[in-house]
Amino acid sequence: MAVIDRTDAPFDLDVGDFYDQYRMMFLIRRFEEAAERQYKAARIGGYCHLSSGQEAATVGAVSALAEDDLLITGYRCHGFALARGVPPEAVMAELFGRAHGCAHGRGGSMHLLDVSRGYYGGWGIVAGQLPIATGMALSLVRQGKEQAVLCELGDGAVNMGAWHESLNLAAVWNLPVVFMVVNNLYGMGTSVDRASAEPDIFKRAGAYRIEGERVDGDDLEEVEWATARLLRAAREERKPAVLEALTYRYRGHSVADAGLAYRTRDEIDERRLQDPLVRTRESLEARGVPPEGLDALEAEVEAEVEAAVVYAEGDAAPSVDQLAAGVYAAGSEEQFERMRPGSPAGEEELVFAGGLGR
Amino acid sequence: MSGSSVAAAPAPASGVETMTYREALRLAMRQEMERDERVFVMGEEVGLFDGSYKVTAGLMDEFGPDRVRDTPISEEGFVGAGVGAAMLGERPIVEIMTLNFLLVAMDQVVNHAAKIGAMFGGEVRCPLVIRTPNGAGNQLTAQHSQSFDGWFAGTPGLKVVAPANPADAKGLLKAAIRDDDPVLVIENLPIYKEKGEVDLDPDLVAPIGRAAVAREGSDLTVVAHSFATVRALKVAEKLAAEKGVSLEVVDLRSLRPLDVETIAASVAKTSRVLCVEEGWPSYGVTAEIAARIQHACFDDLDAPVERLGMAEVPLPYAKELELAAMPTEDRIERAALQVLELVR
Repeated sequence: MAVIDRTDAPFDLDVGDFYDQYRMMFLIRRFEEAAERQYKAARIGGYCHLSSGQEAATVGAVSALAEDDLLITGYRCHGFALARGVPPEAVMAELFGRAHGCAHGRGGSMHLLDVSRGYYGGWGIVAGQLPIATGMALSLVRQGKEQAVLCELGDGAVNMGAWHESLNLAAVWNLPVVFMVVNNLYGMGTSVDRASAEPDIFKRAGAYRIEGERVDGDDLEEVEWATARLLRAAREERKPAVLEALTYRYRGHSVADAGLAYRTRDEIDERRLQDPLVRTRESLEARGVPPEGLDALEAEVEAEVEAAVVYAEGDAAPSVDQLAAGVYAAGSEEQFERMRPGSPAGEEELVFAGGLGR
Repeated sequence: MSGSSVAAAPAPASGVETMTYREALRLAMRQEMERDERVFVMGEEVGLFDGSYKVTAGLMDEFGPDRVRDTPISEEGFVGAGVGAAMLGERPIVEIMTLNFLLVAMDQVVNHAAKIGAMFGGEVRCPLVIRTPNGAGNQLTAQHSQSFDGWFAGTPGLKVVAPANPADAKGLLKAAIRDDDPVLVIENLPIYKEKGEVDLDPDLVAPIGRAAVAREGSDLTVVAHSFATVRALKVAEKLAAEKGVSLEVVDLRSLRPLDVETIAASVAKTSRVLCVEEGWPSYGVTAEIAARIQHACFDDLDAPVERLGMAEVPLPYAKELELAAMPTEDRIERAALQVLELVR
């Protein structure tokens, strides 16, 4: 574990910020619990990857982003979307596959996004987002912008070729991107020790001569400070970096996985003793925030999550007439006109009638 | 290839048992691993986790972590490792969690495995098996719902099989393992739980390159593979019962090599044909079948060859949209009646 010199912190958190961050962590926890219930009630389909236990890593890192910095993640992305400010209603509606979901009901749990907040999506193929993050950083450089990209990935992604290729490109081109490895110790059911020849993932940055740092991912401040420092170096000095946040996911890989085939219940219980929510709350109380205020906050967040579920339930399904919306850019209709004669049933009815490019 | 490593054949099991498609695949692997020490399995979560879709459940306990090998998430790496091991005479079975993830290893499959026999003048072979499911319909969205069967079947040097029932799952996987060329075995998520009768005989293999007439009929031929066959058979039963229409269903089983003879014999009998697939029809499996049929059966046809597949969109998440995009039984039924000119 890298020892963080707290006197070197890039800024001082005031209690107000800290309070808001705790609120967000608590919101993510309750949101994930609600998502699991709704999945089991068959109101959410597909894959549903929960992040309970990882709230400090998520909120700490996102808090360090400047307003115009960019974010891109893998598929365990509910918490990142919420932390970046996507309203819980829009995230829950997406999980329900509804028209006012943040991806219009077309992406679901794995493909949340909000371009207005600089969140360029949850991506479903392991490590697929890394080269894309690199390209986003390249674009920032080309446009002369002093912004950075935070690219989240899981520990399972670091043995893909795309990891190596992206880190190398980012390093040789001096791109403003921080690759944040959320190391929850298991890539699906395979522990980091079984999957990685160098399980100290942050050390791999050395192979590209860029900075690598490991933090206690359950310590909100430590995550935020380290992320802030690395993002600042990316923005101001165009230095890419690897940040490894050690954390733990309480639930299985997805809701369909009980999460007990490859780890023990004791291990999970032991990790719960260091729950980032409890730690953060204790820290707030130690700074003089009265417990009653925190209790009230928790009740408020629970109501907010419940309201998101009610909103999602009441939202309309996307129109089937719009099946082909977005597949091609507006104005492409004419290019496809001459493909129609004799086209097979699937295409004829659903692509051409479905409205290209809307 | 040395035969010395082939173990003595175990006492032949006999009889027929009802089992799921998933269990039939497992039986095929177990039998071939018992028969031939060169056979080993590797892939993500195949061992300790019992397989992402539980196809390899119990095999690590039975054969040990050397022969049932968990891999990191590194598709290009371990598919390529399968190629290398196969070149030295091993019989690797590489499991890819879904066909969508095989795209990450496309270079090793298409640019390497498929080229070895020809490019090196037949000096070395690559008896590799890649097993992977495709399948849409569970709201898995755009990156996890695709059927690229046609891409692989269009690649010289590869063989591609796609069983639609448990008996063929066992027979074709065994044939793939024993084959001296790289074979892609395309499985299917919705069929994993389907049950059927399977002959336990360890020496029974299904020949690669042979289609099957899965249901005899006289009015219309439906050509399909994998899950589309399951759907087509249900539609055939329904139309027989409700409209007195007789559909013949040809289950391709093998996409490359392709059994044009069986297709053509059926079309010669019925004179009308609907080709169905779960993938996108443009440049797809049904495109190839239609081309073959117009050439082989030009004088037999009473109606244009029709095709039905996935709507040509990246599959959306919302259930309503997903259903609207898929070649469902309702849509197969309507397309069949259109070819029969019973509806407009």
